[in-house]
Amino acid sequence: MQTNAVEINDLTVSYRYKPVLWDIDLDIPEGVLMAIVGPNGAGKSTLIKTILGIVKPVAGSIKIYGKPYHQNRSKVAYVPQRGTVDWDFPTTVLDVVLMGTYGKLGWIKRPGKKQKEKSLAALKEVKMHDFANRQISQLSGGQQQRVFLARALVQDAQIYFMDEPLQGVDAVTEKAVINILKELKNENKTVVVVHHDLSTVPDYFDWVTFLNVRRIASGKVMTVFNDANLEKTYGSSFRTLKGYTTA
Amino acid sequence: MSVAQLEIQIIAVIVAIACALPGVFLVLRKRAMISDAISHAILPGIVIGFFLTGDLSSPFLVLLAAATGVLTVSLVEVIDRTGLVKEDTSIGLVFPALFSIGVILISRYAGDVHLDTGAVLLGELAFAPFDRLIINGIDMGPKALYVMGGILLINFLFISVFFKELKISTFDVGLATTLGFTPMVLHYLLMSIVSITAVGAFDAVGSILVVALMIVPAATAYLLTDDLRTLLILSGLAGLISALAGYWIAHWLDASIAGSMATVVGLLFLLTYLFAPGRGIYFIIRRRKRQKYEFAQMTLTVHIMNHSGEYDNIEERRMDHFQHHFNWDLEQARTIVKQALRNKFIQLDGDLISLTNRGLRFARASQSLIMAEKDPNINEFRKQFVTFNE
Repeated sequence: MQTNAVEINDLTVSYRYKPVLWDIDLDIPEGVLMAIVGPNGAGKSTLIKTILGIVKPVAGSIKIYGKPYHQNRSKVAYVPQRGTVDWDFPTTVLDVVLMGTYGKLGWIKRPGKKQKEKSLAALKEVKMHDFANRQISQLSGGQQQRVFLARALVQDAQIYFMDEPLQGVDAVTEKAVINILKELKNENKTVVVVHHDLSTVPDYFDWVTFLNVRRIASGKVMTVFNDANLEKTYGSSFRTLKGYTTA
Repeated sequence: MSVAQLEIQIIAVIVAIACALPGVFLVLRKRAMISDAISHAILPGIVIGFFLTGDLSSPFLVLLAAATGVLTVSLVEVIDRTGLVKEDTSIGLVFPALFSIGVILISRYAGDVHLDTGAVLLGELAFAPFDRLIINGIDMGPKALYVMGGILLINFLFISVFFKELKISTFDVGLATTLGFTPMVLHYLLMSIVSITAVGAFDAVGSILVVALMIVPAATAYLLTDDLRTLLILSGLAGLISALAGYWIAHWLDASIAGSMATVVGLLFLLTYLFAPGRGIYFIIRRRKRQKYEFAQMTLTVHIMNHSGEYDNIEERRMDHFQHHFNWDLEQARTIVKQALRNKFIQLDGDLISLTNRGLRFARASQSLIMAEKDPNINEFRKQFVTFNE
């Protein structure tokens, strides 16, 4: 039987008066590489943030491997949008990656040699090891994204949530990021990615969730990534953008 | 130097460092102005505490007033969360309300004590040695020394123990939350620290200059380093310098110590702003000038290289052509050609320009530098060719 990494039931989230997510039921099976797609304001980032306990839901439940998030933190890694942090913060690339080890260290304990080696290895994996001591303010957008990815890798999690990791990065970085995501999938890790470029969904992912405040559809790319669902998600004007799917 | 003078200086230094440390996190969190709100809003707490204890340096008063500071922060957040006004507006709504309550309380009930409105705004370090801690008849020194010393110790311990947690929740709130570090708790701890510090420093430097001592040293240090630990050390150092220099300037001018301290720290910032290595305004202007200079030399030599050996198109190498081709005015074109002559890149034959051997090498190097795919090594290039001096 398929295990679910994440199970979401009747989830509703609202900012002030406006519901952002409405009555979401969603199971994310273990070992999938899943894209969350939907128009701006569909609640994609909010969904991830709610799963991770950053945003409090109005109603509903979320389980990570059968337990509430705060009991299963160490199984989860998070890559926020690049733009949510201040890249002028006085610190180095290695130091940012080290932050990924803070969760397992817990309060007060400082990272040591072991954590440092692990972080350097993760930097090597994203081909940023030459930049370990570089100031983060000197990085390009693609390099920032790689650093964030390395930070998630040292979290050594079972499930990875990534908020638009391909936003504004060049083709080389995009390929590098996707290769690492596919590697994670091969290790039976679950990867959930907020994604915007519909044309690359079939190439990069094997699972897809359509979201627009409500859950429109979720399943294997082969079965649910079709014009009917795209239209339900993006509205009828989507017809003019056709040509993404082969269905 | 008398004992009192020494005591004042020690207190000034302790106050300045105690303010400078939490200030670093306020600056990094872009919350500098919250310190202004806190330092004003603690006034009613101080006044009520003073009525209850009759002693401005009582620890009970410090805690009560600090609680008013934290209350300010949460009121600001409550108003902000309704979404009806923006955060800076809610700061502007909350602290004047609390401050004015304090001002009314003072003017109505405390007209004849040390707590007058002038002292509230500016503080008075010079009086600190008069209020002494006496245990069993033994003079242990000024009370302010112990109060501020205790606050400095609390600040130091707080930042050292929670260094990692403060760093991650300042840099990336989202990740800090998902890792279980409850940034909200840290935020309120930091605000409590800021409040306690503001109360402690209040008596010495008043409610307006506290802000200068919290924010300016941190802002100065921020221009000098890219490392959080060094930033904290430099911020403390800026506080220390301003305390000592401020004291002696006040002594020399016979003026307010707090005012002089704030002035010195302001001057420190100004100096750093202008001359911080690599980041100050002076270096920015110089860098732009240099880039402009170098780029003009590159453009000129590459252009001439591309047209060397052409005899039917000789116009391309004439001075007056550059005006039109590069959109330089005549003055500019003359200067650039003069500079190229000085660099021995070109030689003149009448008004016809041709490259020297050195100029040809420079043009070729320029071209490959411009076309380079990865970070070109500009320093190597500079060493080889251009001597830039204005």
